[in-house]
This record gives sequence, C-alpha cells and structure tokens, in this order.
Amino acid sequence: MYEDKQATASPLQQLTFSLAGEEYGVDILAVREIRSWSRVTRIPQTPDYVLGVLNLRGAIVPIMDLRLRFGLQRESYGDDTVMIIVAIGERLFGIVVDAVSDVVDIDPAAIKPVPDMGAVVDTRYLKGLATCAERMVMLLDVEKLMRPEDVETLEAALPAVQEVEVAA
Amino acid sequence: MAKILAVDDSASMRGMVAFTLRGAGHEVTEAENGQLALDAARASRHDLVLADVNMPVMDGIAMVRELRALDAYKGVPILMLTTESHTERKMEGKAAGATGWLVKPFDPEQLLATVKRVLG
Amino acid sequence: MSAVDLTQFHKTFFEESLEGLDAMEAALLALGAGSTDSELVHTIFRAAHSIKGGAATFGFTDVAAFTHVAESLLEEVRSERRAVDAELVELLLRSVDALRAMLDRSGRGQPVADAESEALRAELVRLVSGEAAVAVVVAPKAAAVSGWDIGFVALPHLLQTGNDPLRVFRELQQLGRLEVVRAFIVDGAPSQLSALDPTQCYLGWDLRLHGATTRADIDAVFDWLDGDCELAIKPLAEAPAASAAVAAVANEPKPAAPVAPQAQQAIASSETSSIRVGIDKVDALINMMGELVITQSMLSEIGEKFEISQLERLRDGLAHLERTTRELQESVMRIRMLPIGSVFNRFPRLVHDLERKLDKRVKLELHGEGTELDKTVLEKIGDPLVHLVRNAIDHGLESPAQRKAAGKSETGTLKLNAYHEGGNIVVQISDDGAGLNHAAIVAKAQQRGLISVGQELSDAEVAELIFQPGFSTAAKATDLSGRGVGMDVVRRNVRDLGGGVGVRSVSGKGSIFTITLPLTLAIIDGLVTAVGSERYIVPLTSIVESLRLRAEAVRKIAGGGEVFHFRDEYLPIMRLHHAFGCVDAITDIESGIVVVVEEGGRRMGLLVDDLLGQQQAVVKSLEAHYRRVQGISGATILSDGSVALIVDVGGVVRLGRSKAA
Repeated sequence: MYEDKQATASPLQQLTFSLAGEEYGVDILAVREIRSWSRVTRIPQTPDYVLGVLNLRGAIVPIMDLRLRFGLQRESYGDDTVMIIVAIGERLFGIVVDAVSDVVDIDPAAIKPVPDMGAVVDTRYLKGLATCAERMVMLLDVEKLMRPEDVETLEAALPAVQEVEVAA
Repeated sequence: MAKILAVDDSASMRGMVAFTLRGAGHEVTEAENGQLALDAARASRHDLVLADVNMPVMDGIAMVRELRALDAYKGVPILMLTTESHTERKMEGKAAGATGWLVKPFDPEQLLATVKRVLG
Repeated sequence: MSAVDLTQFHKTFFEESLEGLDAMEAALLALGAGSTDSELVHTIFRAAHSIKGGAATFGFTDVAAFTHVAESLLEEVRSERRAVDAELVELLLRSVDALRAMLDRSGRGQPVADAESEALRAELVRLVSGEAAVAVVVAPKAAAVSGWDIGFVALPHLLQTGNDPLRVFRELQQLGRLEVVRAFIVDGAPSQLSALDPTQCYLGWDLRLHGATTRADIDAVFDWLDGDCELAIKPLAEAPAASAAVAAVANEPKPAAPVAPQAQQAIASSETSSIRVGIDKVDALINMMGELVITQSMLSEIGEKFEISQLERLRDGLAHLERTTRELQESVMRIRMLPIGSVFNRFPRLVHDLERKLDKRVKLELHGEGTELDKTVLEKIGDPLVHLVRNAIDHGLESPAQRKAAGKSETGTLKLNAYHEGGNIVVQISDDGAGLNHAAIVAKAQQRGLISVGQELSDAEVAELIFQPGFSTAAKATDLSGRGVGMDVVRRNVRDLGGGVGVRSVSGKGSIFTITLPLTLAIIDGLVTAVGSERYIVPLTSIVESLRLRAEAVRKIAGGGEVFHFRDEYLPIMRLHHAFGCVDAITDIESGIVVVVEEGGRRMGLLVDDLLGQQQAVVKSLEAHYRRVQGISGATILSDGSVALIVDVGGVVRLGRSKAA
C-alpha cells in the first residue's frame, strides 16, 4: 500500500474554490489557513482589490479580493465568503473567494497551458488548466498575485502624492 | 579536578582558556582584570591562577603582588600569560611572585600541558 | 581529548579588537591634540598588545605580524625612547585604519594583508629602531650527551612563588633516569625545629640525569625557577662515542611550529547580532520577574476561593500586576537601549581628518554621550550624523582667515549634543559658522526648478529647501559632504527611523541641525481616533492639542484649503478622511475634532470624528507582509483584536502639502 503510493508520481494537491461561477485551484502547500469573512482595516493609497489588513495572530496581513483583482464585480460579503490565507516565502496574504470547494489531486502531466481567453479572465495569474471530475480547474499562480514590485508599479502609475510636486 | 582562576581583559582569550580548561574537567572562574581577579580570589580559594600581564584597572604584575599578600595564595601557582617579546616583563612577573609563564600564542593543547605541569 | 574548535572565539576576538582599535584611535587623537597623559600611551599599547596576542592565538597571522611591529614602536614610546609627534600619531591612526580593514577581511575569509597594509607595515618597520636585530636567534646546535650532573639548591622563597621542587623532579624523570646523589639542608637553615618556617625552603640536591638529553631540555624544566634557586649543570664526564645517535637526533626533522590554521570560514556575519547588556539591567528584570511571580501567586490564591469581601485585595493585586507588567515591559525595552556615545566616538577622528583635509580648525564638543537609544536606531543614525558633521565642517565653518576677518576665533566650534525631550531623543549638531546662505539656496532652488522666480519665502521655508529631493544631487559634490548624497537622504534615513530633522540658522552666527528620534521603535503612546468606521492612532508625542472648532473659526483659502486660527497663527486643516479615503466619516468640521499635530516645526490640524482614548501601541510593520504606505508608519492591534493604523504625522503633513499644491 505504502509503496504503491510512493511509486506514483506525486500528484499536486490543490485547494479548489469558486469565483464568479468558475472553479480555481491553489497549491495546498501555499495555503496556511481558511477563514470566514471578517471585517478588515482599510489601508489608504492602495488599489481597490486590496481590501485592507487583518490581524492574523499578531501579523498584519493584507487581504485581496480576487474578484476585484480579476476586474469582476463583488456584490456583497456574506457568510459564504471565505478568505484563503496563502504564504509566499515569509510573506502572508489573504485572498477573498466566493466559496471553498474541495481538495483534489491533480496529475502534473495532465496540466494544460492556458489558452488566450480574451478579456474574460486575466490569464497572467494562471499557471495552467486541469480537468478534475469533468470540471475545468484554473490553477492560480499565487506568487504573481501579490508581488511587492507589482504593487509598487501599480502605485507608481497612480497619480498619487509625490513629494517632488511640492514646488508648485 | 582543579579550581582555576583565568584572568584576561580580552574576552576571546579568556573564553578560549576557560573553555579549554572546562573541557578538561576543571572548574574555572573568569575575571576581566586584576582587581576583579583579586575579588574572586578573596571570595574563594583557587588551585591555580592564569593571568594576562597587560590589563586595565590592575595589571597582572600588580595582581600577583596583591595575591601573594593574601594568606590563602602564598603558595598557589600563578602563571603569567605573556608574549615572547617581553622578557623583562616575565622577570618583573617573577619578581612580583609569579610561578612561571605561558608564552602567547599558545594553543589549547599547550595550555593543558602547562596546567598539567603545574598541577602534577 | 578532542581538539578545541577555536573558531567559536573569532567573533568575540573581532568585536573586542574593533573596540580596542576605537580606544586606540580615541587615545591617539587625544595625544595628537597635545595631551600628555601617560595613561593614553598605556591604553594604546594595551590595545595593540591584546590584538596581537589574540590574532596570533586564533591564527590571524597577518594581523599578528602587523600589530607586532606597531607594538614594538609603541613599546619605544611607552619606555620613553621615542617622543610622540604629529607624524607618529598620523602613522598610527593609519595603522588603526589598516587593522580595521584587515580584521574586516579576516572576518570575511578574504586574504588579509594587502598592498596598502604591507606598505604601512614596511613604514612601521623602518621606524622601529633595530627591528632587524629582533631576528630569531638560532640556538647553537645542542650536543647530546650521556647525562648531566645537576646541582640544585632551592632559595628559601622558592615555595612562595608557587613552585615546587617535586615538579622539577617529575619533569626531569620524564627526560631520563634520575638519580638523587645527595640531598642536604642548606647552610643558614634554622637549627631548631621550632624556628622552622614551613613556607621557606632550605633544601638542596645533587642530581644525576642519565640519558641523551639536551641542555635546552633541562633548562626548560628550570625556566620558571630563574632567581628562585642556584643551579649548576654540567655534562657527565664520560661522554659516550655514540655519534651516530647524536647525528640521528640532530637530523630529526623539527616539528612544524604549531600554527593555527588561518581562519578560512567567514564568521557568520548574519543579522543575528548580539547585544551587550549591563548586569544592572538584567538584575532589574529578574527583580521584576520576582514581583510578577509573587503577584501571580497572590492572585491565584484569591481566585481559589473567592469571596466578595476580598474584592479590595483583588483590585490591589490587579493594580500591582498592571504596574509590574508595565515596569517589566519598560525594562525589557531598556535592554535594547545603548548609549549614543558609541556613535559619537567616531567623530573625533572624522573631525581630525577633515581639519587637515579642508584646512580648517575645529574644536569638537560632545555632550550627552550617555543618552541611550534603541539599538536599531543607533545602528542607523550613524550615517546621517556623519553626513551632518561633514556638512557642518565643509559648508558651515569658515576658514581660519575668514573667521578672523569676521571677528571670530580662528577655531570653529562644532557641538554634538544628545538629550531626552518628551518621549523623544534629540540629537543636535551645531556649529558657530556662517549659517545658511539664503541667497545661494534660493538661487539654487530656482535653478533646480524647486521654486519659481520671485516666490516669497520665509527663513524657515528657505532652510527647508535644502532637504528637498533634487536640491543637492548634481552639485559640485566635494568628496566630503557631497558624495552625491543630499540632505534629502539624511532626512529620509531619519524618517525611516520614525524621526525628523530640521535646521535653524542665523547668518554669521551658525546653524543648528536637530534630529528627533523616537525613544524606542517598538512601542508608542498613542491617541486612538475614530474616522468613520476606522481607527487611527496618532502618536502622543506629536500632538499639541485637540479641540472642537466652530464653523466660523475655519477659513477657506484659495485653492480649496482650509485654515483655522490657533495661538496666533493660521494652521491648515487636513481632513483625515480625505487623506485616507474614508467614506463614512464626519465631514462637518463642527461635529468632528481637530487634533493639532506638529512635526519638524510644522503644525497642522487633523480632522477626525472622535477621540476614543489613549493607548500604548505595539508598533507592527506593514511592510512585513505588504509594503510602505505614505502617511502610515505602521499598524497595531487593538484590544478587540482588530487592526488600527498608526498615523505618520510627518508623512501626513507632507501629504497635505502635496495635496494642497
């Protein structure tokens, strides 16, 4: 039994969740915790999709709404709304999704590249596509979701406050 | 094993001496200068004193003189840790009442051999 | 027995050596300034001596070789065979620098000596008289013989030196077969037993040592007894013709000198740095822990079987617990506090070097060296201070000729002062130089496009210009205060520490740069304010007053800004809900509260909904998991577990200015 399991190529375990009717997966190894929705503290001068920060056992962790990140609308935050706390290296952040579904094993060999999906989904944040029990699961590339430099660039692009402009 | 007082203002040298001696099973008291060594010597008797010569507050030579004035330290071996370039300091140490010396640099093996030499 | 791993002592060796070099430098500077205190020479000598001993022991042979020559030179000074002059001080200061660099390279496992250090060493060697004669004297080849006759008479005081004839016998026995030919009591020994002093030794021995032993081996046994005994050592009369054996001994390869391996591995110079804590601070902690334990046991006793009659005791106990906890917290924070003197200490040398380089005369005064700062702040404040000191000497102080012409003493004064003020540490760098040149600053700011031509500026505003990014960058950048770094970088560095920097200047009289730093980084006293559904903490140290304004007290000014009258001046109002984009906040000024804050001499009113109370806030970084946010210095966790952001007053003031602009 044991040997059998070890012999097979280790499957990727993915936590799947739903977002606007689609199914996404995030590598279970990156997931630290799943929490029900709770109020966050807003942070000024941040993109819309960063809802704010949360106290996670003393750490101040930013929370991002994946709907807003993908340019979708969010009607409300309710009982089903869930936050998945993920870790990239030492950094933690949370993503808000509609609901968590399941943990599934995905054969790495069965992962397909992401086709161009036009404007429907921002494919920059996807690693690939996989089929699991007849359903398509989009595998999320969490590292790309909140890279600090990404955030900085966005910030710089905003017509925000610049000390140099004092001159006028 | 023996109870040894190690005196050196250099924390690294003192650390090396103490660590080596403790490794060999001795009980070591550390002191940063002659004055503190004297305080430690008064507080309890030691079987051997190893002391640097150049130290702030009270140097090794003065410390030996003071130690020898204590009844409990009349015949206790005191070795000066000294560098080869200062023969006259060695003799100054002797004159103050030191038993002998150990020439710097020395390694842990040399230190243990010398300690064994004095303690028998 | 396993060999002792000496690398564990390297870090300590480097630390103490660097401290020794600092002490050496300070003493050299004092000597250079004309002090004749003989203790200074001893300090310098002792430092060099310790470094040499440690370096040789721990296998840093290049460092040991270098210090050896420096020490020889210092020995001449100590024994008054050489006078201290400016050149010698300069040479030794350069040696200090070279040693610092060598130690640094040792720590990183790089080749230690370089061309520069070798050249300096050669210079030192040339100076040391008769250094060449110090070459190792090769002992004449020892002829082995079949044995030795040793006459050994102890002097009465031998036992008092801690030596023991038994040790001599033991060691001689290890060299060969030892025969005691005769043991005797020396002349002059008390004839009566009652007069015998047990600490005195009156014995002598005639010994014969059999075997092929060299004279040097025997001398080594007696080396510590020089002056404690009379010795007569003669080879045995009948030397055997065992020349083959002699040759064998002579040809025996000498064991290689025990040289500890040069440290290859860099000492882990990771960020896990250590901190030295005074024993008094540790004792204070232990005392408070004791208090805490007592209070805890008292409280649990009350809790065991609580009756309402004990309510008073419970209250007392809780009050005591609160007090002890607070004290414990303060003591723990105090562990991280180190005196600023360690940073100030580098300035005598810097000033000394700058004087020579710039041909100026400067008297440096240091005050408040004992003022303690958080270790992190201390480590990061050095560079900004160096910059300000360089700047003061380069641009602030005039040349001796100019000073004389202006009716001032030819020697300028530069003062560094550190002190507590409120919850802050203030560090001032003041000089009695020419002061800021307003015309030049305005001209430069116009040229750089920072201000428009014809713009009217107050003195404070002009002074503020030098901190603007872009003001000093492309300047001629003399290699001293320039280095391509401007005052804006100084200000940014200080702000990163949660502090501020400003300048006051009087033309012809001098300038004062004032750095304000938080006492500790980790905890602040804050006022919790409500803005809509959010909570913002305003550091208490920057609050001047809080007040409720009447609508008519507020004036709208051109461009949409609002000001109000406060203590003879008009202050701008910054609506925090605007700055931070809160939608559900009070917008009517009369219903809200204005918190007057001050930063770097600038005041402004922050409009909030309400004040919720004062609280100590443990500052948490937003950057750990997110990034810096302008106007926010960090976050803290409120008692209900929610997060509140801490307002960076300086940042908000700047935010306000740029929004107004």
